[in-house]
Amino acid sequence: MDKKLKRVLVINSKATIESVYASLVLANGALSEGMEAEMFFTFFGLEAIHKEKAKHLHVATVGNPAMHIPTIVGAVPGMEALATSMMMKGMEELDIPPVPEFLDMIKAAGGKLYGCKLAMDMFKLKKEDMRDDLDGILTVGQFYERAQTDGVQIIFV
Amino acid sequence: MLKTIANKEVDVNEEGYLTNKGDWNEDIAKEIAKELGINDLTEKHWAVIKWLRDQDAGGTHLSIRQVGSSGLVDIKEFYALFPGGPLKNASKIAGIMKPMSCL
Repeated sequence: MDKKLKRVLVINSKATIESVYASLVLANGALSEGMEAEMFFTFFGLEAIHKEKAKHLHVATVGNPAMHIPTIVGAVPGMEALATSMMMKGMEELDIPPVPEFLDMIKAAGGKLYGCKLAMDMFKLKKEDMRDDLDGILTVGQFYERAQTDGVQIIFV
Repeated sequence: MLKTIANKEVDVNEEGYLTNKGDWNEDIAKEIAKELGINDLTEKHWAVIKWLRDQDAGGTHLSIRQVGSSGLVDIKEFYALFPGGPLKNASKIAGIMKPMSCL
């Protein structure tokens, strides 16, 4: 069967751990199925490729109805750290790697990682602040240029 | 469904994976590898194939990350050895079921 989907471009715009993992699983899954995958990190999503911040991503305990706890409880200091460490423990049991290692896996599999130029400028981030193995910092136009081949899907997370 | 691989009639599922692990032998592995575009199985290939069979026999749910920490190959080498989807292709050659893994 001629496969229609050949390349997946995943845009990650958020820094909450569930959003970052969703985009990592989508990109890595495409690679493990024999497709190509590229990731474009923009706005708060840039934290996932930030050398330091990527190690300390959190799940949102406020404004997240799936937590099933009252907003006021979610706002208690330390609650996000607690919820995050519980979630990370559950993920480790499922063999889900920490974010930096997950990105290492994607790079090892031939995936590409890009930062968004506008968001980098906005947050006054420099290339040195980000992972050394980034494939570049792109404008939106350069990003779309990468989608100009057959069988591409763009996924926004 | 039945399929003849390396002069042996074996049962495979709709994706071509052997349904009976006992049917597997090295000639079958070589022929499935050829179908997947791998014409020559090197020592590295065999080491990974045998490791996958051992892990599967032990009831492990396999993932690419585990292969990467097996000490046999790293993830980059694993992709290079079995292009086009390393775990699914290596599993097919190893005569085990396609791992149900999102990682």
